[in-house]
Amino acid sequence: MALIRDLAVQGAEMLLVLILAPLVTGVVRKFKARLLRRVGPPLIQPYRELARLLRKEVVLADNASWLFRAAPYLIFAATWVAAALVPTFAVGLVFSWSADLIAIVALLGSARFFLALAGMDVGTSFGGIGSSREVMIASLAEPAMIMIIFALALLAGSTQLSTIAAYMLSPHVGLRVTLAMALVAIIMVGIAENARVPIDNPTTHLELTMVHEAMVLEYSGRHLALIELSAELKLLLYLSLIACVFLPWGLAPPGAGWSAYALGASSYVAKLMAGAIALAFFETAIAKMRVFRIPGFLGAALMLGLLGTLFLFVSRGGL
Amino acid sequence: MPLAISLLGSVGLLSLSIVAAIIGRLRLATSVVYLASFGLSLGLFANAALALLRSDLAVTLILPFGLPWIGAHFRMDALASFFLVVINFGGAAASLYAVGYGRHEETPSRVLPFFAAFLAGMNLVLLSDDAFTFLLSWEFMSLMSWALVMAHHRAPDNARAGYVYLLMASLGTFALLLAFGLLAGPAGGYGFDAIRASHAAAPYTTLVLVLALLGAGSKAGLVPLHAWLPLAHPAAPSHVSALMSGVMTKVAVYAFIRIVFDLVGPLEWWWGLLVIVLGGVTALMGVLYALFETDIKRVLAYSTVENIGFIFVGLGLSLAFAAGHFAAAAIVAFVAALLHVLNHSLFKSLLFFGAGAVQTATGERDMERLGGLIHRMPMTALAMLGGAAAISALPPFNGFVSEWMTFQAILLSPQLPQWGLKLVVPAVGALLALSVTLAAACFVRFYGIVFLSRPRSAAAAAAGETDRISQTVMLALAGLCLLAGILPGYIADAMTPATQALFNGHMPRQSSIAWLSLVPISKARSSYNGMLVFFFIAASASMAAYGVHRLSSRVTRRAPIWDCGFPDPSPLVQYTAGSFSQPIRRVFGTLLFRAREQVKMPPPGEMAPAQFSVRLNDIIWNTLYLPVAEGVRLATDRLNILQFLTIRSYLSLVFGALVALLLVVALWR
Repeated sequence: MALIRDLAVQGAEMLLVLILAPLVTGVVRKFKARLLRRVGPPLIQPYRELARLLRKEVVLADNASWLFRAAPYLIFAATWVAAALVPTFAVGLVFSWSADLIAIVALLGSARFFLALAGMDVGTSFGGIGSSREVMIASLAEPAMIMIIFALALLAGSTQLSTIAAYMLSPHVGLRVTLAMALVAIIMVGIAENARVPIDNPTTHLELTMVHEAMVLEYSGRHLALIELSAELKLLLYLSLIACVFLPWGLAPPGAGWSAYALGASSYVAKLMAGAIALAFFETAIAKMRVFRIPGFLGAALMLGLLGTLFLFVSRGGL
Repeated sequence: MPLAISLLGSVGLLSLSIVAAIIGRLRLATSVVYLASFGLSLGLFANAALALLRSDLAVTLILPFGLPWIGAHFRMDALASFFLVVINFGGAAASLYAVGYGRHEETPSRVLPFFAAFLAGMNLVLLSDDAFTFLLSWEFMSLMSWALVMAHHRAPDNARAGYVYLLMASLGTFALLLAFGLLAGPAGGYGFDAIRASHAAAPYTTLVLVLALLGAGSKAGLVPLHAWLPLAHPAAPSHVSALMSGVMTKVAVYAFIRIVFDLVGPLEWWWGLLVIVLGGVTALMGVLYALFETDIKRVLAYSTVENIGFIFVGLGLSLAFAAGHFAAAAIVAFVAALLHVLNHSLFKSLLFFGAGAVQTATGERDMERLGGLIHRMPMTALAMLGGAAAISALPPFNGFVSEWMTFQAILLSPQLPQWGLKLVVPAVGALLALSVTLAAACFVRFYGIVFLSRPRSAAAAAAGETDRISQTVMLALAGLCLLAGILPGYIADAMTPATQALFNGHMPRQSSIAWLSLVPISKARSSYNGMLVFFFIAASASMAAYGVHRLSSRVTRRAPIWDCGFPDPSPLVQYTAGSFSQPIRRVFGTLLFRAREQVKMPPPGEMAPAQFSVRLNDIIWNTLYLPVAEGVRLATDRLNILQFLTIRSYLSLVFGALVALLLVVALWR
């Protein structure tokens, strides 16, 4: 019985992230537009876009290979599995032990690997420029993320995300310099990984500033729908990750009742909205960087993560 | 019994090499010799694997040859058996691949005899149990691989590669010779059991560590001793490159483990620090070199340098933990390193086989002249995709498992009491994380330029798929990379006898853990289940495919490339290998390689083409190797006068030398 309920909770979480992901993007777009004194698209516009893309035919380049056609499914699958492993409204997911935080980041790395390959498949200069810049950004963002994970894991004594979240909920955790550094660093990494301003511009159509958009330029129809959905899922994943580690309040403990789950779900949606609105404010307030300023930005994130980890190494005897 | 079989198998390989030398010119010789070496390697592999599983180990055999007062000692303990498994599996795969690939060989008689002898040499290194036999086999292995590097000695750069390799190999053997000399002590107990029983004094053990790092490290490719590796590994035929990169470097890792973990005796904590730093630097430098290289086989060789760095970080952590008597943590780090030894031998062999297939199909090794091979070599491309994913440490492939274990070992290190380690280990962790993601970038570039995009030369456009046997071997290896990533617990369990012998402990038994998860310490701390991750990815990808195909329009139309409305039909406008790594070159290369880019724009109105050039500065070669070479040249120039003396001067020189030596002896006593 308990197993069935756990499986139901896990399934609900997987569906929830899938349903909420376009909404988060819709909220960000709407608020950005309002901040620019535009009316902006309705909140459900991303859903409409996905539906429209699904209805359209796929136009494949003449020399597109099977990898180009398979990549959207692989990218989506890896991103979805990673998103399903992040606690959203309840900790203690039934399969949380199958992959820890390092594996979640590596799953996102797999998705990026195939996306970058797909960008190079047709052999255009835009695809190449996108892939090349994407791997450069990732080569700094992913180590920064690993350092953040080290810091969190050393604090909580585990790399399992559920255990980290449970530790953050417990009274043992106080205000720590390391946590502040990790929070700043994870926000910087999240911005870079999700191709947001100031690293990349999700709405740009000026070719030389595109990174993510340049890679997916040749995609259309259902393939593009899957890639867009994966990008939206990834944004949701980073917001959930930050919410679950740094704002764990409201998360339902393992084996809680339905009321706790309802509370967890509503606080989760509230946290997502707050994160989306904060992102919209941030993106409106800042200008996009030149590509070769990005290493400085991400290098700072890497150093923050490393410093946070070093503090823990120096201040603690062991685990 | 397993030891006797292993020795007989090695002798079999040696006799095969003699047979190959006799029949090498016959037309059938290639298939016969490679099939025979495949059979022998497979037998040796099965023998070692059975011995490891049954723990039927640690028997010593003394044969009456070698040095008269020692004889030749052979022993097969758990550590040696594990490496025998790795090496003979690699040997069997390379032999089978060569049954197909070797047909394209122009001078088989230059390859066949040395190939079998090389395999035998590696086996003998692992089996030997005294310093003399060890060094003899080591040198035999080096020389045989040198002969294979020189198989195509007329190719422009190969002679230089062979020369540099020979120099570095002699340096390495010399260092090992001195290390064993110090270990044996003045009494001269060259048997490993005698060395184990008598521990050398403290300052000498440190010297032994340094010599072991020089000797084994130069063979494995530790920076800055890696200089020969990217020259020599690509110069050999591809199945031999796979053996040298995937397997022979592991023999060097074995030598390091044998000397430092087993023979030296008490460990010092800062040895761990030294090895960790060397490993971290090796990993980062190796992958950066690989990113700036455009020859496919040299990219793979440099990536071997990176992976060796990874292995040595694991070993260094294990040393540091063992010196502080944290046995459980030492075992996790050690198992992580050994897992990476096995994983790297699998995917690096696969990648070199694929590179060989590409080279045979197109005659090209330069990435800038390849492209689009996924259309013309679909099976090779599929297998290579698996290899690239594995080496980029993507779950659920095997590369991720060893990376994950190494990170877990790093996370155990705050318990180390020494400040040096506390400060350095997190920094090396950052270096490793950097090199892992850069490796992924490197293999996106490798795969994207070689197999995807449009062909950049006529040869690449006209390529054909490689032969069936090679395809089968490559696909099987790709499948094994996946399998080892899905079921790592069984492999970790197979190392239990080795950790039991070295550290007197073992990890929790992995195969008895629910759902076959990998749990290095305890379940609350960390666990990873490759099987479930693979299942989840497969399930959600199929669910997505099913859902999308039910919901969406299924119409697919082929059309010309869109490219924002301005497609250029020339394949020259594509991204090249050089342009792909340009952002990374800007970020990392300006500091570490003093990369300089120069754009020459013609003045307005002139029709001359613009020119772009990049200059990379190999700091290690220029600051370490060139001055030595220059010094040797100067010294030989000066000493050249000794060639032209009269007989009287020679006689007086001989007399003077004799007196000087006698004086030294007299003063020493």
